[in-house]
Amino acid sequence: MAGQVKAVVIAGNGTNCEREVAFACRLAGAEVADIVHIAEFLAGRVRLEDYHFLNLAGGFLDGDDLGSAKAGANRLLHAPVAGGPSMAEQIRRFVEDGKLIMGVCNGFQLMVKMGLLPALDGNLMQQSATLTFNDSGRFEDRWTYLAVDGASPCVYTRGLDGLYLPVRHGEGKFVPASDEVLARIEAEHLAPLRYADEQLRPTMDYPLNPNGSTRAIAGVCDPTGRLFGLMPHPEAYLHRTHHPRWTREEDLPEEGMGLWLYRNAVQFIRENIL
Amino acid sequence: MPWRIVVGLKDGVRDARGERIREELKRHLGISLEAVRTIDVYTVDADLSEEEVLAAARGPLSDPVIQETAVNRPLARDFDVLIEVGFRPGVTDNVGRTAKEAIQYLTGRPFREGEGVYTSTQYLLKGAVDRQLAERIAADFLANGLIQRWDICTAAEFDPERGVPVHVPRVGGTDAEPTVRTIDLAVGDEELLRISREGMLALNLEEMKRIQAYAGDPEVRRQRARFGLEAGLTDVELEALAQTWSEHCKHKIFSARIEYVDEKGQREVIDSLFKTYIVGATRRVRENLGERDFCLSVFKDNAGVIRFNDDWSLCFKVETHNSPSALDPYGGALTGIVGVNRDGAGTGLGARLIFNTDVFCFASPFYDKPLPARLLHPRRIFEGVVEGVEHGGNKSGIPTVNGSIVFDDRFAGKPLVYCGTAGIMPAELNGKPTHEKKAEVGDHIVMVGGRIGKDGIHGATFSSEELHEDSPVTAVQIGDPITQRKMFDFLAVARERGLYHSITDNGAGGLSSSVGEMAEDTGGCELHLDRAPLKYPGLQPWEILISEAQERMTLAVPPEHLQAFLTLAREMDVEATDLGTFTDSGYFHCLYRGRTVACLSMEFLHEGVPQMVLPARWEEKGHSEPQFEPPEDLGQTLVEMLGRLNICSKETVVRRYDHEVQAGTVVKPLTGIANDGPSDAAVFRPLLDSFEGVVVSHGICPRYSDIDTYHMMACAIDEGLRNYVAVGGDIRHVAGLDNFCWCDPVLSDKTPDGAYKAAQLVRANKALYDYCVAFGVPLISGKDSMKNDYQIGDTKISIPPTVLFSVIGRMDDVRKAVTMDVKRPGHLLYLLGITRNELGASEYYDHLGFLGANVPRVDAKAALELYLRVNRAVGEGLLASCHDLSDGGLGVALAEKAFAGGFGLRVDLTAVRVDAPLREDLLLFSESQSRLLVTVAPDKRNAFESLFAGCDCALIGEVTESADLVLSGRNGEILVNKTIHELKEAWQAPLREL
Repeated sequence: MAGQVKAVVIAGNGTNCEREVAFACRLAGAEVADIVHIAEFLAGRVRLEDYHFLNLAGGFLDGDDLGSAKAGANRLLHAPVAGGPSMAEQIRRFVEDGKLIMGVCNGFQLMVKMGLLPALDGNLMQQSATLTFNDSGRFEDRWTYLAVDGASPCVYTRGLDGLYLPVRHGEGKFVPASDEVLARIEAEHLAPLRYADEQLRPTMDYPLNPNGSTRAIAGVCDPTGRLFGLMPHPEAYLHRTHHPRWTREEDLPEEGMGLWLYRNAVQFIRENIL
Repeated sequence: MPWRIVVGLKDGVRDARGERIREELKRHLGISLEAVRTIDVYTVDADLSEEEVLAAARGPLSDPVIQETAVNRPLARDFDVLIEVGFRPGVTDNVGRTAKEAIQYLTGRPFREGEGVYTSTQYLLKGAVDRQLAERIAADFLANGLIQRWDICTAAEFDPERGVPVHVPRVGGTDAEPTVRTIDLAVGDEELLRISREGMLALNLEEMKRIQAYAGDPEVRRQRARFGLEAGLTDVELEALAQTWSEHCKHKIFSARIEYVDEKGQREVIDSLFKTYIVGATRRVRENLGERDFCLSVFKDNAGVIRFNDDWSLCFKVETHNSPSALDPYGGALTGIVGVNRDGAGTGLGARLIFNTDVFCFASPFYDKPLPARLLHPRRIFEGVVEGVEHGGNKSGIPTVNGSIVFDDRFAGKPLVYCGTAGIMPAELNGKPTHEKKAEVGDHIVMVGGRIGKDGIHGATFSSEELHEDSPVTAVQIGDPITQRKMFDFLAVARERGLYHSITDNGAGGLSSSVGEMAEDTGGCELHLDRAPLKYPGLQPWEILISEAQERMTLAVPPEHLQAFLTLAREMDVEATDLGTFTDSGYFHCLYRGRTVACLSMEFLHEGVPQMVLPARWEEKGHSEPQFEPPEDLGQTLVEMLGRLNICSKETVVRRYDHEVQAGTVVKPLTGIANDGPSDAAVFRPLLDSFEGVVVSHGICPRYSDIDTYHMMACAIDEGLRNYVAVGGDIRHVAGLDNFCWCDPVLSDKTPDGAYKAAQLVRANKALYDYCVAFGVPLISGKDSMKNDYQIGDTKISIPPTVLFSVIGRMDDVRKAVTMDVKRPGHLLYLLGITRNELGASEYYDHLGFLGANVPRVDAKAALELYLRVNRAVGEGLLASCHDLSDGGLGVALAEKAFAGGFGLRVDLTAVRVDAPLREDLLLFSESQSRLLVTVAPDKRNAFESLFAGCDCALIGEVTESADLVLSGRNGEILVNKTIHELKEAWQAPLREL
């Protein structure tokens, strides 16, 4: 049916957040929000081209045993698909078709390690940054303030100033491959989210910046703004009762801040793709 | 020749892992090093080309942005000593397994049988280290000799060309011919005991004689001869019996006939504590509930099941994994959490897991006395257990929402590691209740998930004994959350499609237990042990039967669905193997390569174990209350109390657990203005589009056992329930789970006080019955672990009798949930409940070095009335905050409420409701039960006070703008005046760095 926004979340091999991500897509207005096990893709029964919005959810792909999302990236790059183009090829076409990909936490790690982010000059599948162990050396679950770069091309953060979302990771420190990469990210405003204090000033101070990320970078997009990854979990703040202080902050809106990112994605698809 | 790939960080990249190790070596072992760096090593024992190995090294095995790699040459440089730590043969190596899969994807070619990838880690130490010190660092800190081995190499010894010598931890002895021994049982008593002892069977003489009689029965011999079996029993049969009859599986102590004598000399015979008190309580409660009964499946399945609403059911199970955690804290705890996950996944037709809970009991991490042989330092146990549960829970995508840590130095003998998991399942599936299942004759026995190795052999019988010199290292297992996760994803689809009739997990006793139990549905089975997939060859048939290798479930798959089931498994990259069929032969029948290796009557296997007879004698110990002067500075005492291990913040541990995945956690473990106050209970929303909530909490107070286990049990129940109602849990829809951890209560030479310990057990059970019936709380599941002692030589350490009482229930609307932090200045502070002179075994007395006599007692009738009104107050939105009083009593609860909310409190202690005049320090730290501190907005005052009219409810103060906790006494004098910042600092400091 024409006019339907179709989102998909790839599940399996250790993804954990697929249910709430699909729920967020539906709340944001997507008519279709399928959770599809990777086996369905590899068997060739489901194709990425049937969707507009690919979600790579948080979790521990293959246990993050070889470093976060490393084994997962290897699978997507090399696993054969029965009777059709490989996953890597399907993703490449998906991006060329002007569609949207959002990776959260392990999904962000996956995108970075596959070379989908920051993808300077549209160079896909070439890793130019990484996400590595938090400076604390520990996994941590804590809520963080995030400052939004209004000049970023990022589709998802349009119209936003700041966010308050939880991080839940042990490997979230963003490290660019070189000073040049960092300079390009800064110059092209490809870091739409940075860890900040309550006044939304980016900070390197622990625990406001929970992992020691370079220039406090919490989220990265590609130059088109359609590919986006972030360590904090927007799908974990969809309703006021998700907020850690909802029992004491009476003026919290019913709808959670994390939903804004998904709303922007769905709106972009309606306006530009459908 | 195996390939060796080393992966290190590039120069200038921070080595967070190395830095943490350096800090911890300094803090815990007092060893100061200049630097610690780490290198990952993959030993690839496979037929690969150099190009393939280089592609693997630069591809999946390393991160090109921050790491460099080398193949068959070292990266190590600039160190004084290098320590390389790797696994011993056969130990689960999750990273190695993932690396192997990644290389297979890369080359497009599967590894051959026997090929593999083994991981190890190099620690490069710089600073004054010699070989001897390095040995200590390896043995006491970096490695666990039970599961790991290490090489030490000084800079002088290091070969810059080749590096550390290659070591492939391949399992040896894999060419052993499978053999089945027949054991002659027509022997004397001494010989029977020797067979049990040397075979690690943990069977006593009476049990061995029962088995001897069975084997000698002419009818049995005739029947066995038909299958070509000789007289006696095969090792397969003896092992199957030992597992099935183990304390761990059969709960012989809870089923025993107990002859109990109380302090007055009154005799009473109890035919099974379990049936009398636990099943008995639930039966009574369910009768009393009548039409409101919400229990669906109790005691019979892997987890208990209750109704959540008309469409959904909840299951909950809590397990312990104490003995393995004592030997290998990381692996033991990891296995504990992923093991209890399988309980929920194997309940009814299988549940979707929604949250984990964990409660640990440790000795002080700052323990500084000499440790007896074989015991790990409590700090290592703390670290390892916390990390094991972290990996198990986080990687499985299940939020850890509730827990606690209890400290007592007697837990040095055995730590207690309680892991719980709740799940949700549709009330009906394909028109049938989801909580029911039954294998049918002709169904195939299908094993799903991981492969079988020697890991965990004799785990069930081992945990049925105290920790001793010869405790088997094979009892240690390491869980693999990802293999399990893939299996769960697969089972969810298979369940939806109705592809199986029954499912259960492989835990203690392995296939012997899972198949043995499921075969009770049909009355027999035919199990082909040689068909089971193995991690490596060389396992004997009996080892295959009882191995506790992890991540396995056993299913009953009807023949018409077998093909679809196996195909789906293959597609989802999960191993599933048809091992035989369920029959109605009446026999537990095992074959190996077509030959019968075990044929035991089902009846004998399950009903043959003789009932144990246990003496129990209760005696009053003549405790008395201490006489002492009150402290001069009560404020200072409060500061010290807040820093006690059982009271202080556990935030650093809580943060390491993902408590928010699945987006359902409405009341999180940490709460308040800075997200760091201690919540009483968790509220979880399992359905994303509904506001109905699950509420979970627990009570545990082993210190009270030192006076009377009856009141210990009563207090644990009350604590669990008052935590539950504090956040808004419905007291009329709540179920309990009891987890007993005891020291050996069987009177014997090595346990001369067994009769007293057995009496303690009886008294705890009596309280369990009395209070569950009084509160109307059914018990739905539980577990017992009865041998929590350490005994080597003359040293014996027994844990204090401990019961974890977990509760699970519901609330209609999570938007009404209440947290413990004060909310606004001007709110009124009320204390609900009555305060008595009850400081026996309290934190305060312990702080002063006393035990005392007046252990807290629970008045269930008054408590229930209070909790019902708290429910109404929550429903009507009258409470701004609510916090339970437990360890450290009123003083601690006041401080926590204030600093969690970021405001002060002004409190008039003379307003506190007491049954008799009480000195102020005692008033402040009494641990009287059934008390809650609430704050109420002034405009709700009338409604609140009229709701609680007739209850013990006293207005004792109010929330203040100034950030001070001010307590005034009898003549209006100020007894305590402390800033909340000082109090919070005292509460946060002790475990901040762990």
